[in-house]
Amino acid sequence: MNPTTAVTATSRVQTLDWSAALKDAGLAGLVALLLTLPLVGLRTIEVQSRLTVEPHLAEVALTALLVFLGRLGLTLAAAGLARPVLAAATLALAAGWVLPFPTEALRVLMVIGALVVALRALWALHRRHDRLSQQERDRRMDHLGARFQDATRLIGPAAVMLAVALPFLPFADRATLDLGILLLTYIMLGWGLNIVVGLAGLLDLGYVAFYAVGAYSYALLAQTFGFSFWLCLPLAGLLASFAGVMLGFPVLRLRGDYFAIVTLGFGEIVRIILLNWANFTGGPNGIAGIPRPSFFGIADFTAAPEPGRLAFHQLFGLQYTPLHRIIFLYYLILALALLVNLFTLRIRRLPLGRAWEALREDDIACTALGINRTTIKLAAFAIAAMFGGIAGSFFATRQGFISPESFSFIESAIILAIVVLGGMGSQIGVVIATLLVIGLPEVFRDLAQYRMLTFGAGMVLIMLWRPRGLLAHREPTLLLHPRQSAFRRQAEAGGRP
Amino acid sequence: MDYFLQQLINGVTLGAIYGLVAIGYTMVYGIIGMINFAHGEIYMIGAFIAVISFLVLGLIGITWVPLAVVIVLILTMLFTAVYGWAVERLAYRPLRGSFRLAPLISAIGMSIFLQNYVQLVQGARVKPLPPVMSDVIVLMDRAGGFRVSVSDLQLLILALTVTLMIGFTQVIARTSLGRAQRACEQDMKMASLLGIDVDRTISLTFVMGAALAGVAGVMVTMYYGVIDFYIGFLAGIKAFTAAVLGGIGSLPGAMLGGLLIGLIEAFWSAYFSVEYKDVATFVILVLVLIFRPTGLLGRPDLEKV
Repeated sequence: MNPTTAVTATSRVQTLDWSAALKDAGLAGLVALLLTLPLVGLRTIEVQSRLTVEPHLAEVALTALLVFLGRLGLTLAAAGLARPVLAAATLALAAGWVLPFPTEALRVLMVIGALVVALRALWALHRRHDRLSQQERDRRMDHLGARFQDATRLIGPAAVMLAVALPFLPFADRATLDLGILLLTYIMLGWGLNIVVGLAGLLDLGYVAFYAVGAYSYALLAQTFGFSFWLCLPLAGLLASFAGVMLGFPVLRLRGDYFAIVTLGFGEIVRIILLNWANFTGGPNGIAGIPRPSFFGIADFTAAPEPGRLAFHQLFGLQYTPLHRIIFLYYLILALALLVNLFTLRIRRLPLGRAWEALREDDIACTALGINRTTIKLAAFAIAAMFGGIAGSFFATRQGFISPESFSFIESAIILAIVVLGGMGSQIGVVIATLLVIGLPEVFRDLAQYRMLTFGAGMVLIMLWRPRGLLAHREPTLLLHPRQSAFRRQAEAGGRP
Repeated sequence: MDYFLQQLINGVTLGAIYGLVAIGYTMVYGIIGMINFAHGEIYMIGAFIAVISFLVLGLIGITWVPLAVVIVLILTMLFTAVYGWAVERLAYRPLRGSFRLAPLISAIGMSIFLQNYVQLVQGARVKPLPPVMSDVIVLMDRAGGFRVSVSDLQLLILALTVTLMIGFTQVIARTSLGRAQRACEQDMKMASLLGIDVDRTISLTFVMGAALAGVAGVMVTMYYGVIDFYIGFLAGIKAFTAAVLGGIGSLPGAMLGGLLIGLIEAFWSAYFSVEYKDVATFVILVLVLIFRPTGLLGRPDLEKV
């Protein structure tokens, strides 16, 4: 080895710029102090119906200190002091569990911060070159995504089989099934929105409007005209897709951000109308007593059916349990969701689906190739709206009660987050993201108040880490050698690490 | 006529508040072409900091109103500026030059985060603040007519907005920072080649926008007297509509747009229905984007391949 390089390598470690590192960490700490001082440090509380402030300055100081140490740890780990930093971070991690903290949130901050610093230090020890470029990181993740996509061929059917068998597994009780129904509803909505966002590349921030149209269509049709669920399901889909065309027609000329904001505006308009048109929609009180679905119009799910009607348990000669209806609803939403999935998988092979993907990749080139932008955007909008409407009428019949509160912007954001986090256009990504976004908070119910906080932070973090979503590997629609696996193709295209 | 005049005064006041928030949208959009979805939350945070500052000032005994208002304004601008800086640094800067929709989604995440953060630490209940300034100047009070009045507070809001607008226009037009901003707006790469620190310029743009939103937050706190953690969402959309209506990227446009939105909202509530006043804003947004996407004072946007 050349002696000069050895000298530079050691001197790089020794001449670590302590003052710069301290200054940087100090700045981070100061910013944390300023950010938390007014809002965390001085809480407004009401004492005898008068507002006053309650100081929590210890929390502010502690937060600033933690941010300072964390930032310092990250800098030092990157600058060659990985071993001591790792030791300190592990110690801090242990201390975070044991030490008393003024609030649990601070403990979580400490534990997670220490974990991140420790991981960073481990990474620096593991790697000789300590910083991975964004491009290189992207390529690695793409590689992983491709491998996963490849495995979907096995995972997909296995997951479907598990989903079908779930109601008959020994641990499946009422709560599990309810959770399953909730997850499947969001999976269906995610797959529906994926048509607009993932395939056609249009950022729709008002998808919940169609969900609402579907739900209210069913509720109103069933209550006013006494239509059955099985008649209303397609009608709700049709009405929602009609709404999709109506809303879509004027806005489809817009592109990108403007399109997103206008769809958001439409979503809010629908909600405000539902809220204020009281004699039609029930206003803020919503609609209660929405009829439950029957077993394909043949039998009802009741213990004692009305005269002339058949009950489900009588039809099959079973013992009556209220679980029958839940299981039926579970299979219903499973079938609906799989229908959407099948539709998407098939339409990607049709000219329309290919036109969508061309539009997503480059809309100007797409127009230049003679594709009518407006028509295919409208088609994507209408079809996605139809699925949203069907999911909405399912929601209405499951809940038995709907109100405008269920259709606020935050629902749209959640559905969009599912699509985007999973990786736009990836069907399995939607499932995984739903498990993360909806499933995790349901399991950790105790932390419900932190749910939306972590949700927002997670959205930002995943965007920073993977701007195209977790499994953002896009399967080509057309292949020269179709039998090759996606994984191998990725490897041959230069994705080898 | 009397009623009309009163609504005009109310609408202009409201419009001034929207205009100040709209400037933040328009500047950020002009310089990096993204909708800063979290800007409405900065305004909400400004309102909270205003309430907290007023309470703290009351506790330590500063009750002379002009002094208190000045201190609150300065504190709020300082803290919201830090928020604006931090949001840009954490959520947007790493995504510069990334996939087109990524910053927007990150901004939505940031908006949800900030809203819930404030809800968590400050509570979900509405925060009432006793009126700070309550003097009213009666302009017209004919027998049998509608009493037209303008409050000191409304005058303060208007005067402050006009001052800030003039000062701000001067900053953009005359200082080196303003020149750097205009250069970045035209061509970021070229500006950086000419020695402009693009990151710093963009950061300062966010800081300035956030400080103005903070001022709007102080005004709304004093004007309405009640705030909650959810006010940022609607106000954000309305201010964005104002920015689009005036022509996004144009400062006078943002002010004009804010004024028009404020007037439309006031007259709509006065003559049609209060319930649907938000729908009016959204309808305007949609109509403007469809028929005149460049807004009233905006430059035509050429589509580049």
